[in-house]
Order: sequence, then C-alpha cells, then structure tokens
Amino acid sequence: MISKTISSKKDSGSKSRSKGNGGRQLSLLEQVAPARPAPARRAEPAPAPTRRDDTARQSGAVRHRLHEEPRTPEAEAPAAAAPLLATAAPPPRSKRRATAESMAAQQREISVAEFFTKNRHLLGFDNPAKALLTTVKEAVDNALDAAEEAGILPSVLVEIHEINEERYLVVVQDNGPGIVYKQVPKVFGKLLYGSKFHRLRQSRGQQGIGISAAGMYGQLTTGKPVAILSRTAAGRTAHYFEITIDTRKNQAIPVKDEIREDWPGVDHGTRVEIELSGTYKGGRRSVDEYLEEVAIANPHVRLVYQPPRGKEQRVFERVTDELPREPQQIKPHPRGVELGMLMKILKESKARTLSAALKEDFSRVTSKVAGEICAAAMVAPNTRIRDLSGAEIERLYSAIPKVKILAPPTACVVPIGEELVRRGLEKEIRADFYTSCTRPPTVYRGNPFAIEAGLAYGGELLGKAEDDDETFGPRESGQFGPIQLLRFANRVPLQYQQSACAIFKAVAETNFRQYGLSQPRGGLPQGPMVLFVHIASVWVPFTSESKEAVAHYPEIIKEIKLALRECGRKLSVFLHHRERARNQEKRRSIFELYIGELVESVHKLTPVDRRKLQQQLLGLASKFTGQQEEEEALEVGGVKPDRKAKGKTDRNGDANGNGGDGEEG
Amino acid sequence: MDERARKTDVKLQGLARHLVADVNQKRNPSIAIPLRSLANVSFNERRKILELGDQKQARILFNVGMARKFMQTFLLGSACKELLEQGKTTSIRDLYYIAKHTLGDTRQNTFEEQDESDPIIEDLEVTIDALREELNLFASNKGAMVGPLTIVDSGDTIDLRRMGSGGWSVPSIVEENIVELKKSEAQFVLLVEKDAVWRRFNEDKFWQKHRCVLIHGGGQPPRGVRRMLRRLTTELKIPLYVLVDNDPWGFYIYSVVKQGSINLAYESVRMAVPQARFVGLSSFDQEKYDLPDNVTMKLKDEDERRAKQMLAYPWFQRKEWQRELQYMLKRGKKLELEALSNKRISFITEEYLPRKLKEGEGKGWLV
Repeated sequence: MISKTISSKKDSGSKSRSKGNGGRQLSLLEQVAPARPAPARRAEPAPAPTRRDDTARQSGAVRHRLHEEPRTPEAEAPAAAAPLLATAAPPPRSKRRATAESMAAQQREISVAEFFTKNRHLLGFDNPAKALLTTVKEAVDNALDAAEEAGILPSVLVEIHEINEERYLVVVQDNGPGIVYKQVPKVFGKLLYGSKFHRLRQSRGQQGIGISAAGMYGQLTTGKPVAILSRTAAGRTAHYFEITIDTRKNQAIPVKDEIREDWPGVDHGTRVEIELSGTYKGGRRSVDEYLEEVAIANPHVRLVYQPPRGKEQRVFERVTDELPREPQQIKPHPRGVELGMLMKILKESKARTLSAALKEDFSRVTSKVAGEICAAAMVAPNTRIRDLSGAEIERLYSAIPKVKILAPPTACVVPIGEELVRRGLEKEIRADFYTSCTRPPTVYRGNPFAIEAGLAYGGELLGKAEDDDETFGPRESGQFGPIQLLRFANRVPLQYQQSACAIFKAVAETNFRQYGLSQPRGGLPQGPMVLFVHIASVWVPFTSESKEAVAHYPEIIKEIKLALRECGRKLSVFLHHRERARNQEKRRSIFELYIGELVESVHKLTPVDRRKLQQQLLGLASKFTGQQEEEEALEVGGVKPDRKAKGKTDRNGDANGNGGDGEEG
Repeated sequence: MDERARKTDVKLQGLARHLVADVNQKRNPSIAIPLRSLANVSFNERRKILELGDQKQARILFNVGMARKFMQTFLLGSACKELLEQGKTTSIRDLYYIAKHTLGDTRQNTFEEQDESDPIIEDLEVTIDALREELNLFASNKGAMVGPLTIVDSGDTIDLRRMGSGGWSVPSIVEENIVELKKSEAQFVLLVEKDAVWRRFNEDKFWQKHRCVLIHGGGQPPRGVRRMLRRLTTELKIPLYVLVDNDPWGFYIYSVVKQGSINLAYESVRMAVPQARFVGLSSFDQEKYDLPDNVTMKLKDEDERRAKQMLAYPWFQRKEWQRELQYMLKRGKKLELEALSNKRISFITEEYLPRKLKEGEGKGWLV
C-alpha cells in the first residue's frame, strides 16, 4: 500500500530523472497519476492523506510541500503547481507570503527511503517493542515465502540477542533458495524492491518493502549495517554482505562484500542479521506470541526460536511434510482494477489493439466480453493501444461493471486446509476440543479469497483465565474473559488493531450464545477458547500499509461468518456431549448423597439392615442413571457431530457462499 | 403411644415397607401421591363439597427431579414417627428445623427453606391418608373467636363471653380430644373475613345482641378455624354466615368454607360447611347501599385473572355466582367491607348485616 501511495505521488518524476536502478520499480505506476492522483485501492490510512500531493497531476518531480528544509530550487512545473498549493494553504489577501517561484524553489523529489524515515509508523515501527516484532516478522515472512516458492520445506531459525536493554540483534536464518550474489544489495538495501508486488499471486509479503525497511530502521537507530549471508546451492560459495542504505537515493551501499568458501551445515539459505533499537517483552503481541501463531498457521514449517535473556530455546516442529500447493499467479480481473491500474495495464500491453489487450492482460475476458466492454464504452475494439485517449480509458473503466464477466478462477488461492488448521491448533494448544472449517474460495471485487476458521476449546485454556482458588468444579463459560482471537492473512499472524479488522467484526456479529458461549453484545464471545480465522487471497485488503487489519468487505465478512457458524455448530455439539457426561456424574453423586439419608429414615420407620439396603440402592442408582442417560441421548440425538455445511459450486466455477443453514447471528 | 398414634405409625411404616419391597424386586422405588390439583378435584353435586379424585403421581427415587423430594418425604415421615413415639405435637416450622441438616460434606441441606418442607408434609398426609393432626403437627394459630359459648380447651374451661377485645385464639388442632364444645346460646355463627372488621363487631357487642359466635380467620381461614366452623355448625346445629369483601378472594374464602379447597380437597369432609350462607358484599351492593364511587377500588390484573378462573370452576356455575363475577368484571371495581364505614362507623353492624340477614331469610340466599 505504501508503495502505491508513494509511487503515485512520485509519478512520472522518476521517468525523467531515474537514477540507476531506482527508476525501474518506481516507474511502474508512472502513467497512473494523470487521471486520478492517488488511486487508492481502499481507504487511505489516517496519516497518508495529509501527505497526498495533488500536484502529482503534473509530470515532473514530486511537489514536496511538507518538507520544511530549504533546498536547492528545481526547475520544473512551478506555475501549474502554485494554485493547488494555494488552496491547501490559503495566503492572506493583503500580502502574499510566497510566490509560485519562491515555492518552486523548495519543491524537490523525496526518495521512498526518506519518506520512510519520516513515516516509519506506517510500516509498523512506531515503538521499540513493535519495531523488534516487525523486524522478526518481515524477515520470517520473507524466509517462508522464499522457501515455499522454491519448493523447499521451510526451516527457520530465529534468534534475538540482547545487546543492552534498548538494543537487540535479530538473526533470522532460513533454508530457502538463497539469493544470487548481485541481487543481495537490492533486496536488502532498497525499499520497494522485490518480486511480489508486480504479480497477483498469494504470498505473505506483497510489496517488497518490509525487510529493507527493517534494515533501514536498524541503520537509523543504531548506525549498524544489515549483515547477510547467503548461499544458493551446495558446492557454490556463500557470500557475506554488510549493507547500508543511502536513504536519499534509495540505494544500497555494500560496505562489506566477501566470499565465504564454506558455510558449514548449510547447503542453501539466507541469514540476515539486523541490529536495532527495540524492546523485548513477552505476552500479548510479542515476538514469542507471533512465532507461536506462525507455527499454528504454518504446520509445514519448523521453527527454532532462541529468545533473549537466557530464556530457553523453543522448537516448533512441523506436523506435515507436505508443502502447501504452489499458488498460481493470475492476471487481474477487470472488476478488481482501479482506473489507474487499467491505464497502466493498457499502456504497457504488448497487444496492438484494445480488444486484444483486454483479452490478453485480464483474466476471464473473452473476445465476446472484450467486444461487449468496448461496445458499452463506445470505443472501437480495434483501436490501437497507443491511440487510446484518457477519456476513452475512463469510459472503458465505467463500462466494466455493465458487462457480465465470469468471476476469476479461484484455484490460485491456497488455504491451509481444514485438517491442517486443526492439527496446527492441536500442536500448539492443549485443549479438549478442536474443530476447523475451510470455506470454498470466492471473490470480492475481482480478487479471489478463501476463509478458514478453527477453534480450540477447554483444556489448558481453562487454567489460563485468572484463577480464584475458591471455585468448585469446572467453571461455566460466563466466568471466563473474552476468547483469544487469532487472525491470519496469508498465514501471517495479525497482532495489532484487532477491533478495526473485518475478522473481529465478523466474530462480534456472530451469535455465539446459540453455541453455548456467553457473549456481550457486540463483543467477542467469552470462554476458554482460542478462535482462529485465516483469510487467504491473492490480494488481502488491509486497512493500512502495516498490514494489521483486514478491510470490511461485505463478501469477506459474510464468508467469515459462515465459517464461524460451522465451527460454532460443532462446538455446540461437543459442549452438549460434555454437559451430558457432567450431568450423569452429578446425578450419580446426588443419588449417592440422598441414599445415605434415605436409608437412615427408612430404618427409623421400620428397622432394616441398613448396610444391605444401602448397597442395594447404590446398585439400583447406577442401573437407573445409565438408563436415564440413554433416554436423554435419544432426546438430544437429532444433532450429529459431523453435520457439515455443503459448499455448493455454481456454474461460474465460483463457489458461492451459501453453506449456512440460514440461521442468523 | 395411644391407639390413634399407633394407627398413624402403622401407616408410616407401610411407606418404608413399600420401599424395601421395591428395592428387593430391583424396581425404581416410588411413592404414589394423590394429585392435589384442579385436575384431580371434582365437585360432588350431591354432597356439595370438593372431593379428591383417584389420580396419583409417582414420586420416583432415581430421577433427578424427584430424588430430593423422595428423600425429604421419608425424612419427614421418620420425624413424625418420633413425635408420635414421644407423644408431642409441634408446628410445621418446628418440624422443618427438626429435619433440617447438612447432607454429607456438601453445602446442601435436607431442606433449604420451610417452603420446601410444607408441601412435603401435605404430600405425606395424603399419601398415607393421615391428617396433619394425626401426625402430631399443628400450624400457627390464626383467627379469633368470641360468643355466647363455653368450651374446654386442653382441660381448661373457657367462657367465650368473657374474652375481652382480643377473643380466644383458635388453635390449629381443634379435634374433640383437645377442644370440647359445652354450653351454648348461639343462634348462628358469623365468620368475618378479617381481623379489623371482627374487632368492630366485637366492640359493638354484635354477638351479644344477635346471640352468635363471632369468628375470623385472618383472610383465608386456616384448618383450625375451618374445622371449628364445621364442628360448631354440626354439633350445635346452627347456621353459618360468611361476611367477606367484594372481590374474587373474598368470594373464594366463602367458597372454601362452604365446599372446601383444591389443595385440601381430601379434608373437605371434615371441614366444609355446605349450608354456609353468603352475607358478604355483592357486586350490586354499591348502588343498593348508595356507596360513593370513591370508596371502590379498581380491579387489578390479578383480580381479573382470578375472577375468570373462578368463573370456570364447576362449583361456581350457579347463575347467581356467574352473574356476580361477571358484573364484578364488567364494573372493574371491588369493594372492601371497610367501605361501609364511609356511611357511618357502625353501619356494618347496625344496618348492613341485620338487613342482609333479614333479606336472606326473605328473598333467599346467594349460595
């Protein structure tokens, strides 16, 4: 997200003044800007709008209004920019404080890296504790993505060394494919350099900004370079780098570049070391919790974690040796593209005519569909791409919703899978009951996605709630605090901004009372439970660049609710069964209690052999309680534990989301 | 143990023997308790009393809902047996305390409230077909009595003409072995619904002027008062007049006195006075006695509900009663006896009741 915002802001500036490699990725969106200044896919995050610069409309360098430091003047586009600036900061009528020319003198390009140094909170480096977490998170995400893409079962080592209370060294080492020599500086030293942004394919990272941002943060706070050791195959040499980042030029400067003949014990993989100022803490939203959650959502990963301060090493073993299916890359679906994206795609198309471009560069566009779009937009299908005017593209954009287009293929979404979600939970949480549900993939705004939910109930979770020692027997659900909600997007745990997230909203709007939990109105249910929700998508709509909360798309919320209900139903069956067993126990003890009393009374009325009568009655008690048990089982019998909602597949090949029983939350 | 106590004791032992027999035959032990609800109560047209039917309810030991009550029934049974053996009588509250103790090492008690033990006592009475008095139990005294009559209570001769302003407190057990009726000049018995009105009558020496037994039961009369009414009317062969409020509850007091109650239908034979006469306030009396509107009270929801219930009772099917209740519902008003004091403080004793009695003799009673 940040990359987009920044890119559009920078717009074509980088074209005219691209510096070395910097120009390449920044020019991606260069023609986007003319029609709409900041084509936001979703709601702009709070801080971003203030930074948005309408002057991006003009071709030329970025108008850098917010930067206060006086800089050398730059030549381009002063006049056109002035009125816009004036509206933003109206000058007093009496005396103009600045002229277009004097302001132009202050306008200059900002590099992405510079932007980051000022806005590091946007990427999750707001405070020291979060900075440490974000660094680990970005490195681990990258490690997992790389290993999976190369078809290697990931094994990741995470070490945190405390240098002093405010300074830590983070080490993340993977067994991935390694990085080829000449790419290392770019991957780790340049923001917005990566393989993931330019394609629609499910992966953890989306933008190629995270790890270099972490490195930059480390450099900013400690002055230490990022150290990388990487090897691509056994028999090849490993190379070791120490990299600093030129924040103004968004360029990596390798300060050390050595060949290591051998990397004992490692055939291929990458090791990253970043020293940064941060704070280590345990508990909620900690690195520890993050890795625990990674282990749940990635049951094919082996994680070794060495926490700081002499804490014991933790090993999260994998429970499956099967890699997740490789996600397929898909072309964008017309319904999911913004106007700016449409312009970019068309302009960059290798096809000659409009109709061909629509067919080749979008998914689900046939000749017929392309023809219909063109007709609805009143643009000739054989218009040459380079002759397309901005107005025509806008007409095409508004024509898309009017044409019937098949939903995109959903095979590109790779969920964890019902069984593995359950096993992931079983592996990390000792509970009494587990269940999970994977919904068939479906689509929001042209982007395929799939929802999974799972839950673990009881067991050690009973003890986790603060104990008052006075409780007798098992506590009822009302005596517990809110459940623990684990949110995941493409297998990455989301730890912040819970209440802003679509997942939270869907959980709060689902009525868990009908499944036997208590729940305050509009809040999380209460009970000894961990609830797991995962959204897998080629493009997860986050509410901000720091990827902390999923945006509230109705299609997504609906799917989450359906998955939750299925899990809820299974939970309620379990709770029913347990309640019954408990009742039987209680019943027997009640009878035993009363029998003693009864025997005494009978003896007073008419002398009997008390011991014998007591034994006889106890015998009858177990005989008759068993019978009652069966009778009750027959009454409850309607509900079968494995009743599954059937996902139907409609003719579009797009699974529709109608698996529920029509019950409303 | 006297003869009477021995008979009851045999009945109690039967309960225990029945249980032992069930256990020996590996049956789920049960007690058959005659049902004390409207469904099992019928109005005997000939005898004009409510009678308990044959329906019984099984109380089963190995049933979560009944186990506790089952145990309690036996517990109270054994406590009563002890009373019989010691020749002592006690209140039902006392019995509750006698039988109350903690179960094993739990926080549960055999009884938590007296409300739990009272119905069990009634269950026990009907199950073994013994009266409360036969179990040596009594309820707290409620109700007072004065009149031109001498009685012997537990050996003490009491002249009910000289009872001052409070009257003789009617005990809950008034059987012949405890209370004997001696010399009497009473012409009739007058039951007044409540204490306050009874005081007016006593202060005005109504019973002297009209030579009657004046009695009240503090609202719905307890067993002792009802049994006493029965004995007075049958042994002295005098009529009974019932003076109650004009509301469903007042009407129902009359009905209970006259034909018995649903809950104690098994005691109707000993308590009901089918020849009782109604001299209470009628729904038509506001106009008749020219009472202002402001002394009436609005019929509450629960009053209406009760009146509608009563309209359906078989023993309220006479058209006079249907008319009374329907008119009460139509007016939506009720009238207390005290409302008559709006006329004059002694209006009720000097005008209202004499007129009612006279009218009744002439035009016929509302029965």
